[in-house]
Amino acid sequence: MLDQIKFYQTGSNTIGNRLLNPSMRAIQASADRPNGLISGHRACQGCGEALGARYAIDAAMRATGGKIVVANATGCLEVFSTPYPESAWQLPWIHSLFGNSAAVGSGIAAAMKVRAEKNGDAVAPRVIAQGGDGGTTDIGFGPLSGMFERNDDVLYLCYDNEAYMNTGVQRSSATPPSARTATTQLVGEHPGADWGKGKDVPMIAMAHGIPYVATATVADLRDLEEKVTKAMSFHGARYIQILTPCPLGWGCASGVTVTVARMAMETGFFPVYEAEYGKITSVRKIRQKQPVINYLKLQRRYAHLTGKKADPNVLARLQALCDTNIKNFGLLGDDEPQLTPAAIQAYERSNKV
Amino acid sequence: MLNQIEGSLGVAKAVALCRPGVVCAYPISPQTHIVENVGKFVKEGTLKQCDFINVESEFSAMSVSIGSSAGGVRTYTATASQGLLFMAEGVYNASGLGLPIVMTVASRAIGSPINIWNDHTDSLSQRDSGWLQLFCESNQDAVDTHIMAFKIAEEVGLPVMVCMDGFVLTHAFERLDIPSQEEVDKFLPEYQPREFLDPKEPISMGAMVDPDAFTEVRFLQERKMVKALSVIERVTKEYRELTGHHSGGLLDCYNCDNATDLKLIIMGSTVGTAKDEIDRLKKEGINVGIISLKSFRPFPYEALKQAIGNTKQVICVERAFSFGARGIICPEVKRAMEGTNCEIHTALCGLGGRAIYGSTINGIVKQALAGKFTEEFTWFDINSNVLNSYLKDTEGVTFPQGPITDSQLQNSCK
Repeated sequence: MLDQIKFYQTGSNTIGNRLLNPSMRAIQASADRPNGLISGHRACQGCGEALGARYAIDAAMRATGGKIVVANATGCLEVFSTPYPESAWQLPWIHSLFGNSAAVGSGIAAAMKVRAEKNGDAVAPRVIAQGGDGGTTDIGFGPLSGMFERNDDVLYLCYDNEAYMNTGVQRSSATPPSARTATTQLVGEHPGADWGKGKDVPMIAMAHGIPYVATATVADLRDLEEKVTKAMSFHGARYIQILTPCPLGWGCASGVTVTVARMAMETGFFPVYEAEYGKITSVRKIRQKQPVINYLKLQRRYAHLTGKKADPNVLARLQALCDTNIKNFGLLGDDEPQLTPAAIQAYERSNKV
Repeated sequence: MLNQIEGSLGVAKAVALCRPGVVCAYPISPQTHIVENVGKFVKEGTLKQCDFINVESEFSAMSVSIGSSAGGVRTYTATASQGLLFMAEGVYNASGLGLPIVMTVASRAIGSPINIWNDHTDSLSQRDSGWLQLFCESNQDAVDTHIMAFKIAEEVGLPVMVCMDGFVLTHAFERLDIPSQEEVDKFLPEYQPREFLDPKEPISMGAMVDPDAFTEVRFLQERKMVKALSVIERVTKEYRELTGHHSGGLLDCYNCDNATDLKLIIMGSTVGTAKDEIDRLKKEGINVGIISLKSFRPFPYEALKQAIGNTKQVICVERAFSFGARGIICPEVKRAMEGTNCEIHTALCGLGGRAIYGSTINGIVKQALAGKFTEEFTWFDINSNVLNSYLKDTEGVTFPQGPITDSQLQNSCK
């Protein structure tokens, strides 16, 4: 529906709320937005994670009538939102450990179900587990996979800023190749993170055959809201990975968080799509294709690729990476995404016996 | 009702009588039979309104338990040995969050070298984790202690480990008196969490506490531990009156009244073996008391001091020790008896499932009464042949047969 509206704000390619029919406006545009994560927390200027979390959680609250419980992994989001004795969360919220938020979410979901049964409530509160990319793709990966495999009724939100920002910008398995982190510094023959390493957790989530998987970015917040709302219409394990730029870790100005996220989409660097029961169901098309250099030059973590000494081979490889995403996911024009084989459990889950 | 059943089945029945809302399981010997049985009760419908969750690791077993307990339902899990270590981060977290989870530890050695048999290294490694640790001397004690544990945990606001010796108890068939559902319901009412994750009254749990308040949070946690001493005594009294069983408590004395020369302090199933041997020794005219230490955490310093009284010598029969130091129970007993003339020693035995026989207890008693425990710490049931076969060739060191004292070990290294 959005594709048919061409009233973009000047120079940004985003659609302003004021140009939309009121029924289509963002939840954040409403004066009675839930404010699950309220102001006053200690996130940095331009924090992509705080932005993403506020939109995602509020969308989930709206979708469930405020019946949401959140389990949060250790990380920036946890630290900046709950310095004792303060809390920025206006919903039931728990932080346990770095690597266990998916499992804590499973436990809460079980408790909510049992309590609803005991109390004779028709509807049990729903559960969100969340963490950064380190807490999700690395240390919390076992419990995450376990939660997927059991198809526990938990929506897992991964705020992906492509490194361990809370501990001082170290490399995670979501760090892209050639990016500078504190543990993949811009020194030696191959500066930045190694090529050929890393983990595609959205695809791995799809391979579990769970009901719903999506990627999103903070450049397209209405899309994020819609995906969270859709996720809450499913029961079982669901996963959304949200690209949330970190000005500190990426070395970009705090005012360009949204711009840099949009560049990640428009270059094909970060494909934005949805999948149900292991199969891709929709793809967010690139609106104005950009060369990868336009994404890289906004960030000092790629400083070695944007100056005169830049290695053209590395740049070419990064461009090829984007082009491959564009081809695989059908990100341009009327291209169709390639079929992704679904795990057999997807069949079991989508066809109730 | 009387049943001739395996200890694990008895514990599973006891747990089911407590009506948990979530039971989380990951297999590790020798704890498996307990959760297998609870899983069966849930699946066949005899344990209702309970979710039984098979998870992918002990770390998740504890994490799911944290989530369900914080979500406001009575929660149970079980583990042992490596499993307890794998969940250790969550173990500390659960007590810090004040969650009344009950967990069986089917006590087992820790590797390497890998060993599946019983000693007390696993739960004692979590000594400072902020959990209550209640040890069981028999399967009847284990059945009863599990039921009491839920009540104690929920009153105190801390999690409880019920430690029962792996295989020796978990896999032993004994006559058990399982209380009726009516009795347990009367003793343990439906769980009413003080606060939990509720959209109607939102709270934030697990906030970051900085140096301004961290010490105070720890102090308040320790106050709960101290309160637990009287809660354990009160709950035990209540349970004993209801069932007529003689289980639980901070500690239990056997033949202690006239045994002023020597008392043994023992945790777990060895108490049963020792009782039989003490009865035999009595016929020889030797009078020895046994103090079965039930509550390792909180440690009952006052109760223990009273139980020891004016006894001349105390031997702690320990099934774990601290590398680079000595016994784990002995220093606690010394603290309890500070300022008295009581002689306190450790006889280390029964590591990694080495059987403690009546003859082992007999040996400890005879040596103690002959004044042969001259040092704080002795490797009591060690086999010098095995040591010598290795040390003679590599270092030219040999040990004589019999117990090895701490100073013998030290001298052999010079």
